[in-house]
Amino acid sequence: MSEITEASHGDLLVMLRHAPHGGLWLREALDLALVGAAFGQSVSLLLMGDGVWALLQGQGSGPLGQKGSQSTFEMLEMYDIERLYVDVDSLAARGLTRDDLLLPVIEVSTPELSTVLAGHRQIFNF
Amino acid sequence: MRYALLVLGGPYSHQAAHSALRFAHAAIARGHRVGTVFFYHDGVYNAAHFAAPPQDEPHLVDAWRELQRTQGTVLQVCVAAALRRGLLDAREAERHGKSGASLESPFELTGLGQLLDIGQTHERLITFAP
Repeated sequence: MSEITEASHGDLLVMLRHAPHGGLWLREALDLALVGAAFGQSVSLLLMGDGVWALLQGQGSGPLGQKGSQSTFEMLEMYDIERLYVDVDSLAARGLTRDDLLLPVIEVSTPELSTVLAGHRQIFNF
Repeated sequence: MRYALLVLGGPYSHQAAHSALRFAHAAIARGHRVGTVFFYHDGVYNAAHFAAPPQDEPHLVDAWRELQRTQGTVLQVCVAAALRRGLLDAREAERHGKSGASLESPFELTGLGQLLDIGQTHERLITFAP
């Protein structure tokens, strides 16, 4: 809990709720996060629901005709986007743990979600 | 209150655009202002200049234009989302070697930085997503 309270202050929170590849939701959400960071805002991501699939390791691109988003996630650190919140219930419901994920994340329990939301000035929900 | 709306749903395919317009009209009827509408994701299709719905359906593109004409609402469209979906104003069409423009004034192509900006310059930013 202390990690959440302390870390959850930022300008911009982009919520990712769609799985990668099936549509452009994830990529266009990440575009907004990158633009926010490029404009000097402090940006966090929150992955919920099927959005947690976005961080699954070992994703490729190409065969589906979609560009994929793994390379964008790998660039986040360069943009100083380091706070990646993940809803633990969404992970567990899909049989995933943080070890399956591409990047280090901050696990958030359902009661802590409101703290994360309240800690950001602007929220976009994709 | 001065509102901004973010529309992420394409016209007719989803309720999002209909709801955004209804919200705009209701807010204005209550004495509020709708300063800006920003179209992103499939919402950019709301700016499709060649939209020609059947006459017994609401003409969403014209309804947005009317909002601009009567209320001065600024209609902004994300350029990256628009270009990959085939919505180009005359300048972009020329730049990409296309004839004709599928997006025209009062819709304006702009960047995502504008979306972050309107979130700060309006009192409320309401998202309408499918």
